[in-house]
Amino acid sequence: MNIATLLEMAADTLPDRIAITNGETALDFAGVLAASRAAAAMFTARDVAHVAYLDINTPAAPVALFGAALADKPYVPLNYRLTPTELQALLERISPALLIVGDTYRAPLVLPAGITAIGTSAFFDACTADNAARVETAANDDDQAIAVQLFTSGTTGQPKAALLRHGNLSAYILGTVEFAAADDDDATLISVPPYHIAGISAVLSSIYAGRRMVQLPNFDAATWLAVVHGQAVSNVFVVPTMLARIIEHIEQTGAPPHLPHLRAIAYGGGKMPAQIIARAIDLFPSVDFTNAYGLTETSSTIALLGPDDHRDAAASTDPIIQRRLFSVGRALPTVEIEIRDEAGLVLGPEDAGLVFVRGEQVAGEYRDQGSLRDGGGWFATRDRGFLDHEGFLFLDGRADDVIVRGGENISPGEIEDVLLSHPAVADAAAVAIPDTDWGEAVGAAIVFHPNATATRADLQDLVRVRLRSSRVPGDLRMFDVFPYNETGKLLRRVIRDQFSARPTIT
Amino acid sequence: MTATTYKAGTRLKSAVCDTQIMILRIPPTPVTITCGGHPVLPMAETPAAGITVDAAHAEGTLTGKRYVDEAESLEFLCTKGGAGGLAIDGVALGVKQAKALPSSD
Repeated sequence: MNIATLLEMAADTLPDRIAITNGETALDFAGVLAASRAAAAMFTARDVAHVAYLDINTPAAPVALFGAALADKPYVPLNYRLTPTELQALLERISPALLIVGDTYRAPLVLPAGITAIGTSAFFDACTADNAARVETAANDDDQAIAVQLFTSGTTGQPKAALLRHGNLSAYILGTVEFAAADDDDATLISVPPYHIAGISAVLSSIYAGRRMVQLPNFDAATWLAVVHGQAVSNVFVVPTMLARIIEHIEQTGAPPHLPHLRAIAYGGGKMPAQIIARAIDLFPSVDFTNAYGLTETSSTIALLGPDDHRDAAASTDPIIQRRLFSVGRALPTVEIEIRDEAGLVLGPEDAGLVFVRGEQVAGEYRDQGSLRDGGGWFATRDRGFLDHEGFLFLDGRADDVIVRGGENISPGEIEDVLLSHPAVADAAAVAIPDTDWGEAVGAAIVFHPNATATRADLQDLVRVRLRSSRVPGDLRMFDVFPYNETGKLLRRVIRDQFSARPTIT
Repeated sequence: MTATTYKAGTRLKSAVCDTQIMILRIPPTPVTITCGGHPVLPMAETPAAGITVDAAHAEGTLTGKRYVDEAESLEFLCTKGGAGGLAIDGVALGVKQAKALPSSD
């Protein structure tokens, strides 16, 4: 099903409800559809292969997304944090394309051949003009047509172009969202960038649920709290770094959060530290917490730890149930998850290995490499983890981050959890460092709290006592701050690159 | 009424009410899809004059609901609700009960 059908249904059922606002501009559901139909007419007339969007979240982003869907052209939102050189390289890969671009991002760009640019405001004004030409129906209802192409950051080499087909995205929405189930006064805050899969899925889910979207273009904790209050926001999605900053801000100002409309906090996009989520549950006792796990290649969420799971884990004295607070929950009803060892053998409960996923929403496909799904339709997430006896999935880092010391696989996560339990340690990362005896050895990058420190022997003893000697980092280095991407994923490659240049902890 | 072979992605409309559906899944064999007791039509076709919803097939459809046969071998999404009820080869379709999930994005 074409994803534009989701919007057509919402516009037909709830035409006058506000669909999207950024505080300055607002569009109702009928308005979003009308603007998207005008965008589609513009894209069709341009004879381009792709529609690219390079800007912060504005109401023009969903209009471009659905307009591209109606015109049967892949929508390619680009990361505005990239350098002009990086962006030009990506634009060359999608030429010929129409680029919808904010003035700030347009100025430093030299447009490659085949790329025509239109300013975000000019695009939005043209699409919302009363006399704009509009298409009436989608150019294509083909599930196999490409809806969205996302350039994933990747840890090495060129960004990969992940493809999401209409069938993948619509299967995700139909499988997880009840049509028009949102109440009149429901509102969701969109604070993930438009080029992230969570930014795409937030638009599709909100439109289909009939839930008003409030866009927050640039995150900072004070603004977030003010907008959640001022716009009467009921649902939010946060990545771990955002939640950490919100909690920090609340604790620093000493003002208890007064957010009477906030009912649900969903989180994901990276590993949530245990102390952050525990503190958040304390601060927002009446709010429902949901942990979501998903990838770009899986059209967003594939597993959920829901509000009841959070409450059950918090209330239980059974360690097996308590620890589920640190899981990413269970597979969606429309998705299957299994764990395999390195040889491809399917593992049973409690056995850690590689996480595989299968389902209609799972795209697992790149522009230049084709489908990476195996013959059975399974896609390797490259995440490591295990399932418990009731299907709760526990993640254990990326397969690529495993430290292989003398043939033994060592997960950075368990070492980091132990190091983080030291009161002086603010952040910790275990990384592979080259070793002539073992091939790889364990290195530990440490960020200390302000005015706090620990000795090398302290930290090594802690790991030795809690784990075992093979896990003890031989080389410990001090970092001022760790590099994270915008969704809170630790950039381990950057830490590995900087490691040997950082001061040794003695 | 002649049975037709359909493919997923096809949009159809009722001949007697506002109902519109999209086929999500269907076996590759000829079937007769009815709404309100009358065969459904391609979107561009004009319904015959003088026919109305058959009282025996007036369960109604709701936008956003998915309709399935007992074996769940076929599945339609109702993209616009109406007064008629959907049936396949004369057997009424039921609403697919989906588990309510918390919003995750």
